[in-house]
Amino acid sequence: MDFAFMQEAFLRLIAGVPLTLNLAFTSIAFGAVLAMLLALMRMSNIKVFDWPAQAYVFVFRGTPLLVQIFLIYYGLGQFRPTLQELGLWGFFREPYWCAVLALTLNTAAYGSEIIRGGLQSVPYNQVEAARACGMSGFLLFRRIVFPIAVRQALPAYGSEIILMVKATSLASVITMMEVTGLAAKMISQTFRAIEVFVVAGVIYLVLNFIITRIIMAIEWWLSPHLRRPPAVEPRLEAAHV
Amino acid sequence: MQQLSYFELVGFGPNGWGWALLMATGMTIAVATCGFLAGSLVGTFVAWGKIGGNAPVRWLADGYTTVLRGIPDLLVIYLFYFGGSAALGAVGSLFGAEGFIGVPAFVTGALAIGIVSGAYQAEVFRGAYQVVSRGELEAARSVGMHRWLMFRRIIAPQVLRYAIPGLGNTWQLVLKESALISVTGLVELLRQSQVAAGSTRRPFDFYITAAILYLLITWVSTYLFQRAETHSMRGMRRAS
Repeated sequence: MDFAFMQEAFLRLIAGVPLTLNLAFTSIAFGAVLAMLLALMRMSNIKVFDWPAQAYVFVFRGTPLLVQIFLIYYGLGQFRPTLQELGLWGFFREPYWCAVLALTLNTAAYGSEIIRGGLQSVPYNQVEAARACGMSGFLLFRRIVFPIAVRQALPAYGSEIILMVKATSLASVITMMEVTGLAAKMISQTFRAIEVFVVAGVIYLVLNFIITRIIMAIEWWLSPHLRRPPAVEPRLEAAHV
Repeated sequence: MQQLSYFELVGFGPNGWGWALLMATGMTIAVATCGFLAGSLVGTFVAWGKIGGNAPVRWLADGYTTVLRGIPDLLVIYLFYFGGSAALGAVGSLFGAEGFIGVPAFVTGALAIGIVSGAYQAEVFRGAYQVVSRGELEAARSVGMHRWLMFRRIIAPQVLRYAIPGLGNTWQLVLKESALISVTGLVELLRQSQVAAGSTRRPFDFYITAAILYLLITWVSTYLFQRAETHSMRGMRRAS
């Protein structure tokens, strides 16, 4: 192991972290909105909404992300004249937006199943209690169903976020120079795969470790009812001494 | 030249890429299966280390699953692709061979998939082992079964039964991961579509075909895993 080289590798690869996080969080943010929409569609019990959502989830979970990225980035190039007419070519020409779009569509499919599980796990007596208090419709959803569902879905959504951070590495295949892209470039220049791999691996592990910790903190913050009550310290009652 | 229709393009005619795509699909299934089996082997040993090992072994096994599940698969594939050739080159130079020696892409791919999916399968096996009732293990020991016999007769059949759903999920992961092997130049489904797209300038048609073929594989394998699950549970009584 050559530590001077590894330090150099670290300094070069760390420059890719902002792009990795940018890709991950942009697509998670858009993806969560789409996932919520899909989960509501699946739970609507209306076939016109339920079936497309089911088909969507089936297709995006059943095909590799790399195929989806290629389909959007290279595949849509086949319809360039049409896209130019529609004024969308500026969007699909940029590898960044193609990567964000593919990651968003992909995470929405996985996320919708997680959210659906969370929504279905809300105990029905809570809903009944809320109805008994006179809540209904959106108020019931906002105050009772949604917060409980978020708390239930959070651990699974946390692993989805980690998966997304890992999935951003595929953007390197369409020329995005995030951590894996920089690592691949460096390996092919220096042929020192092990050292570069170790450095890149450590960067990803640290990123994922921090994200896991943040999610655990949010989980802790969202479940005060499961925490132990603060211990009451016994006090000396001065009057009796 | 007249534009070929979609079905002429991906069909089995003189200008069609049908056979090539079909062969590539076979290659995808082959590399995924080999990787998955390698992963089962790795996973078994890692799970064993996690359950029965002493502190350093357990620590090593935990480290392995944490690291391999926290690092992008693509990075592992690059490591095996470039690192494998470098290691082989070093060995080769000892014997007087010069220059770059490439590891066959199939071996690289299957190994990389095996190493990554081993980490996932270890967790699946460990979870399944927890379900095996302690009483049965004690009973096996009390009738005098040795470790290997106990593993073969009592542990393995039950762990496999409980692990089928988890293994099904891992198989789906492996299948999708096999698409990443295309970066090493192995002509599997995605790589073949890339080649075809490049030579015909019809990328959308070929990538959508690849997507459909992947869907077909996942769909069939979901069905097969479901069959396996019902078959393995045929003698069990279910709570629901």
